[in-house]
Amino acid sequence: MIATLQYYWTFPFVRYALAVGVLIALCASLFGVTLVLKGFSYLGDGLSHVAFGAMSVATVLRFTDSMLLVLPVTVLAAVLLLRGGRRAGIRGDAAIGMLSVGALALGYLVTNLFSAGPNLAGDVCSTLFGSTSILTLTRGEVWLCAGLAAATVGLFLLLYHKIFALTFDETFARASGMGAGRWQLLLAVLIAVIVVLAMYLVGSLLISALVLFPALAAMGVCRSFLGVTVCAAVFAVVCAAGGILLAVLAGTPVGATIVAVNMAGFALFRLAGAVRGGVL
Amino acid sequence: MAQILGENLTLGYEGKAVVRRLNFTVEAGDCLCIVGENGSGKTTLLRTMLGLQPPLEGRIRFGDGLTRRDMGYLPQQTEGQRHFPALVKEIVESGFQGRCGLRPFYTRAEKAEARRMLQKVGAADLAGRCYRELSGGQQQRVLLARALCAARKALLLDEPVTGLDPKAAESLYALIRDLHAQGITILMITHDLGPALPLATRVLTMGGEGGAV
Ligand SMILES: Nc1ncnc2c1ncn2[C@@H]1O[C@H](COP(=O)(O)OP(=O)(O)OP(=O)(O)O)[C@@H](O)[C@H]1O
Ligand SMILES: [Mg+2]
Repeated sequence: MIATLQYYWTFPFVRYALAVGVLIALCASLFGVTLVLKGFSYLGDGLSHVAFGAMSVATVLRFTDSMLLVLPVTVLAAVLLLRGGRRAGIRGDAAIGMLSVGALALGYLVTNLFSAGPNLAGDVCSTLFGSTSILTLTRGEVWLCAGLAAATVGLFLLLYHKIFALTFDETFARASGMGAGRWQLLLAVLIAVIVVLAMYLVGSLLISALVLFPALAAMGVCRSFLGVTVCAAVFAVVCAAGGILLAVLAGTPVGATIVAVNMAGFALFRLAGAVRGGVL
Repeated sequence: MAQILGENLTLGYEGKAVVRRLNFTVEAGDCLCIVGENGSGKTTLLRTMLGLQPPLEGRIRFGDGLTRRDMGYLPQQTEGQRHFPALVKEIVESGFQGRCGLRPFYTRAEKAEARRMLQKVGAADLAGRCYRELSGGQQQRVLLARALCAARKALLLDEPVTGLDPKAAESLYALIRDLHAQGITILMITHDLGPALPLATRVLTMGGEGGAV
């Protein structure tokens, strides 16, 4: 097995996939903790469907770089959901649900009506489930993804205490005059960027896994916010790396394999938590 | 001039008035108890003072060296918070966010200050504990320490003793009395008048025609 891995390691696309995949998973897990604790667990999912819709439109319009359309549209949706939803009189989760299915249906409809591609079902499937697209990234895309992901991690570190304050108690944060509105806006933008990146890794339908599993696993065993954050990050990195290598070795779809590894990791953490808590 | 002056205030949401024509004053060192039935707009009044929502009519003026930045807030606790995975000291330190601006980390002085505030509310030994493993009364003390980190001239407390047993409530009131004795202006919403009224220098009754005694 080591020999096989060494053999695959000589291919640049495997190394690219590993680097980009781990970075994206890291970003998703960092912000996942906030989303889960704020009760926005499904935001990642909703945004990813919006990204799918935008991607379909971009494909139909024959954009050479689909990210030019996908990123702004997703950012806009994130801002609307995180900030505006309160005022529209629709509950947060319901608003996310509506936007989510709406964008999904629209995307599929547009693809069906206008697509010129020979393999419609295959195209849709690969956008939804990621299939192997992370293994076909070009050098430019790798640098773009890596750059965005690194910037996101950097911003997270700088904003860590502000994110904590906003997550724990938004009302207090707003009353304290820390400029909660602007940080909230920045947070929405960052989350949208991560979702778009994650679409390359696991596809639109599986993004929630990158957001939820690390956060929930960490919350089961850690007691401090710092501990939860670090633990989720490590969990995500290990699972992403393991999943990608496993997928390369076994020839399975990358996204689904990463999610499966995440599930296994989560089960392990729960077990550890139960043992430590004296339940078992 | 008074520290806080409410002039002819009409409060509410999206044009729907909840409170009409409210006038009140708060002097430095006052302890104002805000009483009234559920839905009479007590929380709305505090939120307006904090600048979380604008008044529909009238205005609130600050004077005597008090600004919005000098007011610490103890919100009505939400369900999600009770199960939040965080250490007590992480929460108390987050009270300093208002002064941080763009600075990403807390200074050593602020961390020491946070410990002092925890001591002040009689919870020094809780600093390294996990917030969700504390009792309701301990959690309220922690949030009070956070409010003190945010501001030291005035405290706005929204039903601080809700959900506490009589003994814990009594000790929280004793704590509030201590803070008041140290010269901190207190504005407190409360439903149990028995223990709260002896502390009060003024009472604001919401619901009928607003006025202060
Ligand atoms: N976000 C909101 N949007 C619209 N109306 C609201 C909102 N929050 C509260 N209200 C309404 O404003 C009125 C006053 O609410 P408020 O929370 O100030 O009452 P309260 O005096 O604090 O009551 P309680 O003792 O139950 O805490 C209520 O009738 C309520 O329905
Ligand atoms: Mg209230």
